[in-house]
Amino acid sequence: MSVFDDLVGQEPAVRELRSAAASAAEVLRGGSGAGMTHAWLFTGPPGSGRSVAARAFAAALQCPDLGCGECDACRHVLAGTHADVEVVRPSGLSYGVKDSRDLVLRAGSRPSGGRWQVVCFEDADRATEQAANVLLKAIEEPAPRTVWLLCAPSPEDLVLTIRSRCRLVTLRTPPSAAVAEVLVRRDGIDTDMAAFAARAAQGHIGRARRLATDAEARRRREEVLRIPLSLDGIGACLSAAAQLVEAAEGETNAAAGELDAAETAELRRALGEREGGKGLPRGSAAVLRDLEERQKSRTTRMRRDALDRALLDLASFYRDVLIVQAGSGIDLANADKEEEIRGVASGAAPETTLRRLEAIMECRERLEANANPLLAVEAMTVSLQFH
Amino acid sequence: MRGPRHGMLHGVERDYSLVLVVGEEDLLVDRAVADAVGTAREADPEADVHEVFGGSLAPGELAELAAPSLFGGRRVIVIRSAQDVAKGVLGEVTGYAKGLPPDVALVLVHAGGAKGKSLLDAVTQAGAHVITCPKVSKPSERVNFIRAEVRRAGGTITEDAARTLLDAVGNDLRELAGACGQLVSDTAGVVDGAAVARYHRGRAEVSGFTVADRAVEGRSADALEQLRWALTTGVSPVLITSALAQGLRSLSKVGSAPRNLRGPALARELGMPAWKVDRVRQQLRGWTGEGVARALKAVAEADAQVKGGGADPAYALERAIMEIAEARAFR
Ligand SMILES: [Zn+2]
Repeated sequence: MSVFDDLVGQEPAVRELRSAAASAAEVLRGGSGAGMTHAWLFTGPPGSGRSVAARAFAAALQCPDLGCGECDACRHVLAGTHADVEVVRPSGLSYGVKDSRDLVLRAGSRPSGGRWQVVCFEDADRATEQAANVLLKAIEEPAPRTVWLLCAPSPEDLVLTIRSRCRLVTLRTPPSAAVAEVLVRRDGIDTDMAAFAARAAQGHIGRARRLATDAEARRRREEVLRIPLSLDGIGACLSAAAQLVEAAEGETNAAAGELDAAETAELRRALGEREGGKGLPRGSAAVLRDLEERQKSRTTRMRRDALDRALLDLASFYRDVLIVQAGSGIDLANADKEEEIRGVASGAAPETTLRRLEAIMECRERLEANANPLLAVEAMTVSLQFH
Repeated sequence: MRGPRHGMLHGVERDYSLVLVVGEEDLLVDRAVADAVGTAREADPEADVHEVFGGSLAPGELAELAAPSLFGGRRVIVIRSAQDVAKGVLGEVTGYAKGLPPDVALVLVHAGGAKGKSLLDAVTQAGAHVITCPKVSKPSERVNFIRAEVRRAGGTITEDAARTLLDAVGNDLRELAGACGQLVSDTAGVVDGAAVARYHRGRAEVSGFTVADRAVEGRSADALEQLRWALTTGVSPVLITSALAQGLRSLSKVGSAPRNLRGPALARELGMPAWKVDRVRQQLRGWTGEGVARALKAVAEADAQVKGGGADPAYALERAIMEIAEARAFR
C-alpha cells in the first residue's frame, strides 16, 4: 500500500514524486539530495486530483518509509491533522496580503517532527497579485526545511515570477475506467454504479464518488439533464434558470449554515465567552464581524461551485449531442440519457450544438467573474433555445 | 426670539441689521441669507425684501431701494455676489454699510476671495455680523455636516451611520440635507446604520425600476435620462442591471400566463399585485418571446461588463438600454 494509490491514472507524476521524496529523505540524512525542490506546482484540469497528489507527496515527505500509507505520519497528513503540514484552502473568493503574510511566518517555523515544514496551498490561483508577491519572497528563499506545494488548474493561473520558481507536476484527466476502478476498490461501490458515476463525472473523481454515494446528487443531475428538453419558450427558459440557481442555493445553504454556526461558536469560546452569551472582551465585535465577512464570502464560493457543477453536467449533455452528431463511436458520458441525447442531436445542426456549449462556457466564466448568477444563467438558458 | 443672534452677548444686544455672508458653499449661504431675512421679518412681518446682484447694481439704485416706502415699513436689501460690485458703486455701498438708515437691513453675500476684497474689509470694519460658509470638501467635514444636519432636524446619528449615508448619497450637500431631514422624520430621531441602509435601498430601487420601466416601454430617450440621473445620484450600476432584468422577467411571466385568466385570478396566479399586472400588460405591447430573450442577453452582457470592470458602467448600461429597444422591435 502507498499514499500514491489514490492517484488514478497518473503514473508519470507518481514516478517523479516518489523519486523526489527519496531525495528529500537523503537531505535529512545529511546527503546532497539532488532532485529535491522546495517549491512545487501541481496543475491539471478540475478533478484530475491536484490536491490529492499534493497531499500524497506531503505524506511521502513526512513518512519514514516515503509514504507507506499506514504509519502515524501518513495517516495524520492524509487526515489533515499533521502538525508540520498546513493545508491552505482559500474558502473565500480570493486570498489576500494579510493571509499570506501570516502564512509565510508559519511556513518559516521549524518542523516540530524534525522532517519538513510543508505548506500545501490548494487553489493557489485565488491568491491576489499582492498576496502572490508576498509568497514569492518566501518561495525564492525558503527556510532550509520548508517545502511549498501549490495547486492550480494551469501554470498560467499563477504569476510568472512564482511559476518560474516552481517545479511543475502535470496531472491529466484520468480515464473513466480508472476512476471506476478506484470507486470499487476503495469505496466498495458496486461495479455498475461505479461505471455509471465515473462516466457521468467525466474523470472528476470527487464528483464521481459523490454521484455514486449520494442519491440527492443523482437526483439533481437528473433535474439538470431534463433542462435541454424542457426549453419550449421564454417562460420555460426563465424557470429553468431559476430552478438551477435555487437548487445550487439549497444544496449549499444547509452545509454553509452548519459550518458557520460551528466556527462562530468556537471563536466566541476562544474569545472567552462565558455561559449565557455574556463576557466577551472589548474588540470582540470586530473579530466576529471579520469572521462573518469571511463566512459570507465562503458561502458565495460554495454556491458558485454548486452551480458550476450543474453547468458541467449540462455541458456534458451537449457534448454527448455533439458526439452523436459527429457519428463518432466514443462512449457517451450520459449513456443513461441516450434517447434524449439522440432526440436533441437530430433536431439541430452541429453548429447550434457548439453555440449552445459556448453559451454554457460563457456563463461559467461570468459566474467566476462575479456576475449576477440568476441573470447569467438566464442569458444561458435563453441562448440554448433562441439563437 | 430665536437662536443666539438675538441673545444678550456681553450684556449688549447685538445689531443684526448689517450681515455679511462670506463663502461659496451655496446651501449654507442660502440658509444664512434666509436666516437674516427671517430675523428682519420677525421685527416687521411686512418688511420689503429686495435682492440684487452686485454686478448689476447701478449708481443710485441702493439709495432708491433703501428709501422709506409710502407705508413706512422695514426694508431688507440682499446683495448677492457682492464681490462683483462695480468700482463706481463701491463708495455708495460702503457708505450705507457704515451708516445704515433706521429700518433698513443690509445683507451682503461675498465669495470671500481676492476679488472685491476692499468691500469685504470695509463692511467687516463697519461692524457687520459675519457668517462664514466655507466649501465643505473633505469627507470628515461632510460627516460633520451630516451630523449637524440631523441634530438641526431634531435627531441623532452615529458617526458610522453618517459615513454610510455619505457613501450612499454622495457629496452634494443639498441631497445630503434632504436625506437627513427625511431620515429623521422616518425614524423618529435616532438614525442608525440600518435606517440609512433602508433609506438608500428604497431610493435606489425606485430609480432603478424607473429606468427599467422606460426601457421596456421602448421609451429609450427617457430611460437614458433616468439612467443618467440615477447614476449621478449614486445608484449602483448593479442595481440598475438587476432592475432591468426584473422588468424583462415580469414581461415573460405575464406574457406566458394562461390566456384565459384575467383580473384578480391572473394576479393570484402570477403572485403579483393587480396594478403591477396591468402595467406589465401595457408594457408587453411590441414584445415577442424571442425579443425578451435578446434583451435579457444584452442585460447579462452589461452586468458582466460592469462586474469585469473593463467597460465604463454608464456606457455598458446605455448600450443595454439601446439593445432592449431594438429587441422590442424584433420580429
Ligand atoms: Zn508512512
